[in-house]
Amino acid sequence: MGLHRHAGLWLLVSAMLLCCVSPLKAELKNSQHDSHSNSNITGISIVSFKWEHVKAPYIVAVWVLVCFLCKLVIEANHHVTSIIPESALLICAGFILGGIIWGADHQQTFSLTPVVFFYYLLPPIIVDSGYHMPNKLFFSNLGAILVHAIIGTCWNAATLGLSLWGCQKGGAMGDLDIGLLQYLLFGSLIAAVDPVAVLAVFEQVHVNDVLFILVFGESLLNDGVTVVLFNVFDAFVTLGGAQIDAVEIIKGIISFFVVAFGGSLLGMVFGILMCFLTRCTKNIEIIEPGFIFVVGYLSYLTAEMLSLSAILSCVFCGVCCQKYINANMNENSVKTVKYVMKVLANGSETMIFVFLGISAIDKTIWVWNTGFILLTLLFIFVYRFIGVFLLTWPLNRYRLVPLEFIDQLIMGFGGLRGAVAYGLAVMMDEKKIKEKNLMVSTTLIVVFFTVIIQGILMKPVVTWLKVKRATLHDLTLIEKVQNRVFEHMLVAVEDISGQIGHNYFRDKWKNFEEKWMMWMLMKPSARKTQDHVFSVFHQLNLKDAVEYVTEGERSGSLEFIRNDSVLIDFKKKLGDDMLEAMPDVTADTSEDPPPPLVPGGVTNPVPSVSLEMHEQTMNGLREMEDLNSHHLLQEHLYKGRKQHRHRFSRNHLSINTDEDEVQEIFQRTMRKRLESFKSAKMGMALPKTISKHTKKEQQKTPNGKNRISVDEGFNMTSATLGSHGNTPSLPVSVAGGIENPAFMADLDPVVPLQIPPWLAEAELDSGGVAPSQRAQARPPLTAGDLRRLAPLRISTQSTDSFMMADIPDAEHNQHHYCAALHT
Amino acid sequence: LSFLECSWRFCGRFKALWMKAALPDFKIRELTENPIGGRIIAAFFPPEKERLDFPSFVRILAHFRPIGKNRSRDRAQPEQANSRTGKLKFAFELYDQDRDGKISREELLQVLRAMLGLQVTEEQLRSIAERAIQEADLDGDGAISFDEFKKSLEKVDMEHKMNIRFLK
Repeated sequence: MGLHRHAGLWLLVSAMLLCCVSPLKAELKNSQHDSHSNSNITGISIVSFKWEHVKAPYIVAVWVLVCFLCKLVIEANHHVTSIIPESALLICAGFILGGIIWGADHQQTFSLTPVVFFYYLLPPIIVDSGYHMPNKLFFSNLGAILVHAIIGTCWNAATLGLSLWGCQKGGAMGDLDIGLLQYLLFGSLIAAVDPVAVLAVFEQVHVNDVLFILVFGESLLNDGVTVVLFNVFDAFVTLGGAQIDAVEIIKGIISFFVVAFGGSLLGMVFGILMCFLTRCTKNIEIIEPGFIFVVGYLSYLTAEMLSLSAILSCVFCGVCCQKYINANMNENSVKTVKYVMKVLANGSETMIFVFLGISAIDKTIWVWNTGFILLTLLFIFVYRFIGVFLLTWPLNRYRLVPLEFIDQLIMGFGGLRGAVAYGLAVMMDEKKIKEKNLMVSTTLIVVFFTVIIQGILMKPVVTWLKVKRATLHDLTLIEKVQNRVFEHMLVAVEDISGQIGHNYFRDKWKNFEEKWMMWMLMKPSARKTQDHVFSVFHQLNLKDAVEYVTEGERSGSLEFIRNDSVLIDFKKKLGDDMLEAMPDVTADTSEDPPPPLVPGGVTNPVPSVSLEMHEQTMNGLREMEDLNSHHLLQEHLYKGRKQHRHRFSRNHLSINTDEDEVQEIFQRTMRKRLESFKSAKMGMALPKTISKHTKKEQQKTPNGKNRISVDEGFNMTSATLGSHGNTPSLPVSVAGGIENPAFMADLDPVVPLQIPPWLAEAELDSGGVAPSQRAQARPPLTAGDLRRLAPLRISTQSTDSFMMADIPDAEHNQHHYCAALHT
Repeated sequence: LSFLECSWRFCGRFKALWMKAALPDFKIRELTENPIGGRIIAAFFPPEKERLDFPSFVRILAHFRPIGKNRSRDRAQPEQANSRTGKLKFAFELYDQDRDGKISREELLQVLRAMLGLQVTEEQLRSIAERAIQEADLDGDGAISFDEFKKSLEKVDMEHKMNIRFLK
């Protein structure tokens, strides 16, 4: 359907390409002549065609644009992309483009050169995978990953090289004469599973996490082996067979350890450097993301410079730093880093595949030897499976959860080769290896086979074999709590039984981390909010808040959103501490799906306690709720352009921070609320003021805790209630019903009947409870408090369920939310 | 009892330990640092008993065995200790100290306080406990029964969470 429309686009693209190519060609020929043409100016030219000046960047930019356009065209039709993976389609697009260029130029002016590939296109992908690597999963399976990466790759290389050599000896390849060493070299470059291809193909298949991390981790970590093997065999080939003795072989083995561990260590050093940097960047939050990219890229280049494994360096850099920089950085910076990395990685991947396709359309590199090519394909496939099975069998004896046979099949099937192999092949020296072109051609065929054919088959095979898929489910607090309990449980049992196990180490690492690493690498404010269960709680609150707001918005009750004049910046009011805490907590999304980014803690709307008060409280409450809801929106939802008063400054993107306005509005509202409640018949004014004062005091006392807006919300509502910090459940649900006019047109007549008993008690208790509760910063409740609380609780509990039954079903959502927010 | 067969391998070590465990003032250093250490020790002791005998000890440890695949099911046995239900039951009992078959808000709060108490305020703990109960409580009684507990954790991969390797 869209194809016809896009055919026009294709024609446009090709036409544009031809236009670029022809002047380029013309300029190439005439460049020498034209460069001096400026010396004979006959007159002022109003407009001139300065191709020379912009040639290089222009070509790059046009190519990037073309690649992205290819992706656009391909993604237009989801029906096709669900069958054929996008990478395969991109390669085909590359074929077409290559064909056009070939037709225009009769030579392949653009192809994937190793320099461009290894220094510009590959790093973003690796940095991105390192940064987004699921650490816990990665390290739990690290043993299996390492075994497959190291031993598996060596096995693949050795068997492939030897088999091909054997076949040559056996005459299966015609007149070919390549030495054993060259075969081994070829084997080493084609043996490695490629991270780019794995990502591209597995991304649409969504296999279960363990399987994915095994294949993907292997593809990343085997770079260490590949680099070493390639360099070693390259050196051997240069030296010639005669000079290889034990010393050289030992040197080769040592170089493996140096390259692999050196690369990893270097990556970790850069990761730690990144953490320190982000720790200190409070004043330049606007370019914080820049640090991440630059340092990540530098880690890659430095490793490359020191002939260590660059991919390993990048991966470990990302792996080490992700937790700390996510905690340290401003929330916007975290988002920026995430999205820019995705853009760069995706863009690079697109370009790699397109250029792979283009590079194939080149007559000069193609040498065809049926036997060689077919045998290579066969051996790669077969040895991959054999290797996986052989290695997983002893591994399963040591794994908690053994890898099933089906998973192993998919691992074998997922051994995709990609652009890295091609890059290495092109890097070979023609003078040393006569048959370079044959190897390059074979590599290309292998890459195309794995990416296209195996890519197409991957989804059906996965479905047919009923592989366990990735499960995405909502966060639940109980799960998180239970996970934590399990962890502690396992550590305890290990202690009891005297065994030093996996969990022991993990526990030790956690303690170490908490004591030292966090102290060093994280900003003080970020350290406080590291607890995982709490962060889940926070995220769930945010989700609720957003639901609440959207519900209200839909029914038009939160009309203040359209009112631009009410711009309240709560920064000053709530204190810097809290605001730092809030974004940081939301930023900790290492394991969970990213939450909707709205700060939590919308206050429980204060209950109205009598029919007469209803009107006044409604206004006061609504205002309070408005303030808080607006605060939510103001902080994180997309702001209309009017609200951004940008100062034109490159260093400071400030949003409305008018503190005087804040203070004034806040005081106005608080005063209004006080008045409205002073007139209340239940005479709750007295306890309220007490708690209000103590609340203010508490604000000033620096307690080491983060009084995040969750608390503030509770404090404020409690202020009006005069009860202690834990808002009783009853009023909340009642208020929830009353508060939102959209949901409840009239007041529930049952309400007043239920309130008096509870409130009477509240009145009794409030005087005593409020100040003492306020005064306590954090210690757990004493027995006395509990006793005082008990009657309160029980009464609210009973009426609570009663009230819940009464509230109409239409606002079930509402009530859940409200109920969830009581303590 | 099949799990006993496996445990005979570690008989010596276990015997030493259960002798220690049999003493009422069982203390292992790391366990004192463990937030739920006390509860786990308590879980080893059958209710109302001060001493622990070896089969009981092993029976508790059997909860942590990896879930076997081709175990021949003895129909007479209601459920194996290391089955998913058995493990969940053990975990449930860690919370449910008064053994009334339900995790009340207070019980949950105690566990939360033990695990999180240092970093989180009391009100927040209450919110978390309340919310956790909200999520799991299907019949609205304000407490989590074993079935609700099981249901809320149905997506959690028990094989990874509650297994000790050497018990295989």
